[in-house]
Amino acid sequence: MNSKILVILEQRENKIKKSSLETIEAAKLFASRLNYNFEALVIGNGIENLDILQNTGLSTLTEYKNSDLELYSPSAYKKIIVEHFNKLSGEIILFANTSFGKDLAPRIAASLKAGCITDCTNFDFSDGNIICSKPIFAGKAISELKVNSPLKVFTIRTNVFKIVPAECKLDIITEHFEAPDLTTKVIEINKQDSKLDVAEADIIISGGRGLKSPENFALVEKLAQAFGAAVGASRAVVDAGWRPHSEQVGQTGKTVSPSLYIACGISGAIQHLAGMSSSKYIVAINKDADAPIFSVADYGITGDVFEILPVLTEQINKLKQ
Amino acid sequence: MKIAVCINYVPDTASKIKLTDDNRIDENGLSYVINPFDEFAIEEALKTKEKFGGEIFAISAGNDAKKEGIKKALAMGVDNGILLKYDGYMDPFNIADNLAAQIKTLGSNIVFFGRQSVDYDNGITGLLTAELLNYNCISIVTKLDIQGNEVTAEREIEGGKEVVKSTLPIVITTQKGLNEPRYATLKGIMASKKKVIEEINITSVSNLVENVSYKLPKVKNPGRILGSDASAVNELVKLLRDEAKII
Ligand SMILES: Cc1cc2nc3c(=O)[nH]c(=O)nc-3n(C[C@H](O)[C@H](O)[C@H](O)COP(=O)(O)OP(=O)(O)OC[C@H]3O[C@@H](n4cnc5c(N)ncnc54)[C@H](O)[C@@H]3O)c2cc1C
Ligand SMILES: Nc1ncnc2c1ncn2[C@@H]1O[C@H](COP(=O)(O)O)[C@@H](O)[C@H]1O
Repeated sequence: MNSKILVILEQRENKIKKSSLETIEAAKLFASRLNYNFEALVIGNGIENLDILQNTGLSTLTEYKNSDLELYSPSAYKKIIVEHFNKLSGEIILFANTSFGKDLAPRIAASLKAGCITDCTNFDFSDGNIICSKPIFAGKAISELKVNSPLKVFTIRTNVFKIVPAECKLDIITEHFEAPDLTTKVIEINKQDSKLDVAEADIIISGGRGLKSPENFALVEKLAQAFGAAVGASRAVVDAGWRPHSEQVGQTGKTVSPSLYIACGISGAIQHLAGMSSSKYIVAINKDADAPIFSVADYGITGDVFEILPVLTEQINKLKQ
Repeated sequence: MKIAVCINYVPDTASKIKLTDDNRIDENGLSYVINPFDEFAIEEALKTKEKFGGEIFAISAGNDAKKEGIKKALAMGVDNGILLKYDGYMDPFNIADNLAAQIKTLGSNIVFFGRQSVDYDNGITGLLTAELLNYNCISIVTKLDIQGNEVTAEREIEGGKEVVKSTLPIVITTQKGLNEPRYATLKGIMASKKKVIEEINITSVSNLVENVSYKLPKVKNPGRILGSDASAVNELVKLLRDEAKII
């Protein structure tokens, strides 16, 4: 039976990303509720970590291979995916809601005249309808949406679907793809000095104006290092030039939902809360007991970051030894 | 050269969102601003005009209220405003369809969008419009260079930036970091008062996506304050280990 659901996996440097495994989980949910089959597709130049797909429940993967396709090319990728999907007579395409998925999903939706919902956090299946939940106003409200078109494209928020191992034999079909359309093409990636990105991190240590100066962010960085966490920032310190834009958390920065978010010297303005309040555990360290950040925090310390951060870092380091 | 910039007018980011009794977004008491990401789009359009000359058209689709957003763009230095007018709900595809038709009529081959509206957080209208126009598109752009027909841009990705090459005609969706949006000057505001906003009625085709209802997120119970100095750290570490099971 042809698969009605196609999961698009994402690779960076020919390694499939963890968020793609979460997308497989979403596909498993769709498949079980709709009684559909699903399969996956990846485009690159020889995937090196195919073993991470073992026992994910995925049974068919098509790998499109070409040396020009290791780096992303929207024009080429779009064409390959649309052709593959048409061949399957598929109905649903799933992406992770990453910079890759966000870029590609609407292009594919436009080609297929499919309804497209981004950043989905939940799906409900009743009366033969798929009702999709997505946070709006950066999480200040939730919209429940229905797609009316027969073809549907969704991007799945990362860190929402839990990875559950499922025994399964994986078949891999390799297609050597010739002469891709490279009209729009990534020519290189400038990596930010090997730091973990807030958008992908399971733990985030964020700093705000309470740190007083860019140099003092060393305290935040050391704690992040101890936890193996990413460094985040409030807009106030990004606008002041203390931290890069890529670290900004909030309504006009990145929306994050890590397992642990530690806010250091951040007041908790509504725009900041919008971007992080769905984190699983929130810790606030702020010397103002009335700071709004405490309204979303699970654990709070109403004290001085300069006193608390070094002690906390030391204790975490000790525990990890 | 005609440069187009598509802008949305959205509730201020400081807004508290409430629902009405029938579970719609309560618009009472909300104040509106140009979508923050669209300010980068307007600024980049102005810079592009400064470099290549031409005329800038700000286009917004929606009800009369969107005119206020267009007026602000005109005050920043945009030359012309177009309101694609409709009432009720249009999904992003529908909006993109109408924006694409208008851009085609204008014949602009450089088009700017914000990366995302901060109300419904779709982040798709620019990309959809580009596809419907059969234009190239680079999204979430933090650096842009146009030389003749060639476009080089940097787009933000997790853990870095992608350098992307493409060609005109192109849609660019703008991200913070691309530029510093200018403020409207008094002179700009005065000059904008003389500019007319063209109004074009548009009609909706069937929506591919429709909203069924809205909810508010679960409110969290207030957490525990563990103390006011470093002596609280022991307790915190214990909770992170035993209760949150994070370490
Ligand atoms: C359109 C728009 C979009 C925005 N988008 C975002 C966004 O995406 N993300 C975002 O973060 N903000 C955003 N903001 C800005 C937001 O409104 C706040 O201005 C910002 O979040 C404040 O940053 P802060 O908490 O670092 O600074 P402040 O509000 O100045 O807070 C500093 C905190 O540090 C505490 N403090 C000071 N010294 C110490 C100490 N020694 N130890 C412990 N605590 C201390 C203080 O008590 C205070 O609570 C946006 C604003 C607008 C208008
Ligand atoms: N009603 C609209 N009229 C004109 N442009 C819009 C409209 N809605 C969205 N846009 C543009 O599309 C971008 C992405 O919006 P969205 O897909 O709604 O998140 C925005 O930043 C605007 O540039």
